[in-house]
Amino acid sequence: MDGWTHFGPAVTAAFLASLVEAVEALTIVLAVATVQGWRPAGLGALAGLALLALIVAAFGPLLDRVPLHLLQFIIGVLLLLFGLRWLRKAILRYAGAIPLHDEAAIYTAETSSLREHASRHEARLDWLAGLASFKAVLLEGLEVVFIVIAVGAGRGKIAPASAGAVAACLLVAAVGAAVHRPLTLIPENTLKFAVGVILSAFGTFWTGEGLGVAWPGADLAILGFAALYLATGLTGVIVARLPLAGVSR
Amino acid sequence: MNLLTHVIRALLDLFVDDRSLALQVLVIVGLAAASAHFLPAVPLAAGAILLLGCPGILLANIWLSRLG
Repeated sequence: MDGWTHFGPAVTAAFLASLVEAVEALTIVLAVATVQGWRPAGLGALAGLALLALIVAAFGPLLDRVPLHLLQFIIGVLLLLFGLRWLRKAILRYAGAIPLHDEAAIYTAETSSLREHASRHEARLDWLAGLASFKAVLLEGLEVVFIVIAVGAGRGKIAPASAGAVAACLLVAAVGAAVHRPLTLIPENTLKFAVGVILSAFGTFWTGEGLGVAWPGADLAILGFAALYLATGLTGVIVARLPLAGVSR
Repeated sequence: MNLLTHVIRALLDLFVDDRSLALQVLVIVGLAAASAHFLPAVPLAAGAILLLGCPGILLANIWLSRLG
């Protein structure tokens, strides 16, 4: 129980955030596979994973050389920027101010774009398709790596956070391989809202720790911060839905 | 080169989507850092600035977004 209280928030944050990123990558890889087959889609995805592994192997050990408070501060600020950005977008999407992230629409757009390329550059299509798959896995994978480092750094939680992220990626890959369709049933905006709340809470905690703040309750303070950001997010949805006529300018 | 530019831009977009929100976050962090530096006897002041400031700027940003 104590272990879960200690590692739970990091594992949950890494799992949920990675779930969102993996779903987004899967949509592009599936679009590539649909148009050009699994060979370029798979090779592109594998190349993306290989480059990610190289980046982690090259830069991972450098983290140990950064002084702990500086590392906590830098990661905390980046998490605040990242988490509040996700939370803001999720709030505006709930309120209908910006359109929901639509995996089916992204899948359709990507397949159309690849088919258009096919009609113009047939000889290079395998290469272009592989590159699209590679970019999707690399970019979404970099987000996963950042999230794992961010929620796991500083207190030796990299391993459990990595386990959460790997579990999410494997789950999405397995479901994607089974259904061969974009995972449109996953409530992506709800996940992004939840992840925005958790990452903002982590960001506040690490930034404060980096500045030397001794938070009451130590790690447990993160749960309190998450409750604060949850309340803020829900209030934000209500505010964003208020009719404009009632607003004094 | 195009790919590298794309990757760098995508990485930057991870953290900066709405520039005013990003700038306000940095201002809050700056205020908290100043508080931690100049008021070491009140260590929780920096924490209070973060805890009140970040949710506050988020709500203000949402309010302003709906006004267009």
